[in-house]
Amino acid sequence: MDTLLLSRIQFGANISFHILFPTITIALGWVLLFFKLRWQATGAAKWMDAYRFWVKVFALSFAMGVVSGITMSFQFGTNWPGFMESVGNIAGPLLAYEVMTAFFLEAVFLGIMLFGMSRVPSWLHTLSTFLVAFGTTMSAFWILVLNSWMHTPAGFEMRDGVAFATDWWAIIFNPSMPYRLVHMLLASGLTVAFLIAGLSAFRLLIGDRSDAVRATLRTGLVMGALLIPVQIVAGDFHGLNTLEHQPQKVAAMEGNWETRGNVPLLLFALPDEEARENRFEIGIPNGASLILKHKADGVVPGLNDFVAEDGSVTHPPVAPVFFSFRIMVGTGMAMLLLSWAAVALMWRRGGVQHLPKPLLLALVPMAFSGWVATLAGWYTTEIGRQPWLVQGVLTTEQAVAAVPAPMVLTTLIAYLAIYALLLFAYVSVLFYLARKAARGEDIAPRTALSGQAPVAVAAE
Amino acid sequence: MELFGDPGTWLPLTFAALMGLSILIYVVLDGFDLGVGVLFPFAEEAEKDRMIASIGPFWDANETWLVLAIGILLVAFPTAHGAILTALYLPVAVMLIGLILRGVAFEFRVKAPAPWKDSWNRAFFAGSLMTSLSQGYMLGLYIMGLQVTWFTLGFAAITAVFLTVAYSFIGATWLILKTDKALQRKAVGWAKGGIWGVVLGLGAVSVASPFVSPRIFDKWFSVPEIFLLAPLPLISAALVALLAYALRHLPTKDDGWAWFPFVATITLFVLGFFGMAYSFYPYVVPEQLTIYEAASAPESLFIILIGTLFVLPMIMGYTVLSYVIFRGKATLLSYE
Repeated sequence: MDTLLLSRIQFGANISFHILFPTITIALGWVLLFFKLRWQATGAAKWMDAYRFWVKVFALSFAMGVVSGITMSFQFGTNWPGFMESVGNIAGPLLAYEVMTAFFLEAVFLGIMLFGMSRVPSWLHTLSTFLVAFGTTMSAFWILVLNSWMHTPAGFEMRDGVAFATDWWAIIFNPSMPYRLVHMLLASGLTVAFLIAGLSAFRLLIGDRSDAVRATLRTGLVMGALLIPVQIVAGDFHGLNTLEHQPQKVAAMEGNWETRGNVPLLLFALPDEEARENRFEIGIPNGASLILKHKADGVVPGLNDFVAEDGSVTHPPVAPVFFSFRIMVGTGMAMLLLSWAAVALMWRRGGVQHLPKPLLLALVPMAFSGWVATLAGWYTTEIGRQPWLVQGVLTTEQAVAAVPAPMVLTTLIAYLAIYALLLFAYVSVLFYLARKAARGEDIAPRTALSGQAPVAVAAE
Repeated sequence: MELFGDPGTWLPLTFAALMGLSILIYVVLDGFDLGVGVLFPFAEEAEKDRMIASIGPFWDANETWLVLAIGILLVAFPTAHGAILTALYLPVAVMLIGLILRGVAFEFRVKAPAPWKDSWNRAFFAGSLMTSLSQGYMLGLYIMGLQVTWFTLGFAAITAVFLTVAYSFIGATWLILKTDKALQRKAVGWAKGGIWGVVLGLGAVSVASPFVSPRIFDKWFSVPEIFLLAPLPLISAALVALLAYALRHLPTKDDGWAWFPFVATITLFVLGFFGMAYSFYPYVVPEQLTIYEAASAPESLFIILIGTLFVLPMIMGYTVLSYVIFRGKATLLSYE
């Protein structure tokens, strides 16, 4: 394998691992603020118990996100120096603003949020929780500005192969930014909704009848049920935006080879890039035309438009985009069915504790459905951008570092090993914390803390 | 604008100063918490929890200064960013894996099932050690102009050890400030051992730099520079003597002067840093690329500078706030 492929796998692995954790912390920060405010408003202990449990998950996820994020920021330089050399004038300020307006805010106030509850007045602790939530969201904003700009670059001019900013407003509010940002924030909300619902269902199943677990299960289910229809609409808008700016990506998502009308919506197919056709197609007639053009005979662009005379291809690899898109949509459908069924039953039967056992069992693996959908969506959009790194400006190949392949392979193996280990540890600890909380070991009376290492206990 | 003349001159200089400031703050702040990690295996089980308690609220924000420093390098000097980081490919990877291990160990060691705690403690130590060693190695290679020969690699190996010792020294002085009783006495002992490593390290870098680079030699040993620079080694020597004296008399009965070793060490780090910054100016890649050649477009730098002028004081402000909130001995941190 060559340096380019290895570097791509390495960056892909890194970003796949990284994205799992901001996806949780962005929305979980706001949920924690909600728990804290509910506690202040009602004085009900269940909200403080909910806060104490989920703040641990937040701290753990945050640490995982921080360390993998630092890794990514270094890999721009170690593996993709061409990226900064070419578009550094634009990417640089955006990343700098992320660090300055978001990173420090999160990092400093996280310390106060985790360990300061007894050291600062309650309002300052609540403010810290808010600032951490705000910081993670700002972080998402800047990163999605940069990522969107790479998909739909605007507000710049090229001089000798280097991009120079001409209009910062156009750079920040580039054509795909609003859609991508909304889609990602909703994805984060859904990930957290199902994570909370899944772990709470798990606690309920192993016999935890506490008020806190019922409150969090209800919060997760209602949040999921409310967000999923919004996400479906937002996703549709995002798709139309992509059709306008990156038609080759949509063509790969639909598995559509020829530009034509009456394009079916493929439920399944095996795209064959050698033969440039699909095998085993199962589709809904006119479906893709209806969705993308709102007309049965609407003309949808095809992949063959992106093959040059000499046979060189400027569309993305079809199969990975085609399948990951279907995994994302399928997961979203499962979210819709499950959360609506659960909320309906919850209302009819008068509480989450009366939910049927099979439904609770189904919710447990769904705890990670947000991860599946987010990763699948991420692959759809990022593989769908290939061979471009910055659409129409810079190819992935042009940006890669001339580092010897064995060196990249060595570090790749090390990263993969450590990511596998951490992922295993993370998921195990989540369920371990849930079991511990279900046994009632979570809420230690405050007086028992004296004489121990307080920060360690508070962080536990 | 006229006031500053050509923005192509003062902007790169401003950003070099900002980057230098971030690196300095990083080395001091993450230096002490990395040092605490390096000292981890020498402590008893209960002491480990207190050591973690002393850095728990701070480490994450401390580490962010590294991200800012590398961010400024990337933003302000994109060509240097690529050149430096690809030249340091492997040590960067070692550092990143160290940072990953250490950063998650903070969380996992208290949240994972009890039998795992020992492994995460080891991961915390290993991560801190990997990070410190690789940063020292990178520093050495950077001083050597990023050239790879047996000599430069040997020099880098030596700076790797010395920076690790320097971090553990500032870590020990932090523990003197933040702990009491047996652990504080232990920390004084660690600092007594570490100070010789610091002296040797500062000495090695000071002797080697002018020898490798005729340019640095001229910068140091010509008149009047030699007289202007003289205060740096003289004050450093005085500080080291004071430190050695203070460590022999610590801890005191009323815990007075517990702050002194930490503050003196910070001053020592600052002096060493200025010596180095002076020697390397105007290069960002030693002997190859100056800050003026590597700088980004002035319009991009200007955009960031405006934001920095607003945001940096705020960052400093709430950083200080968090150190004030968590002031005092680490053992006093409790729910009352």
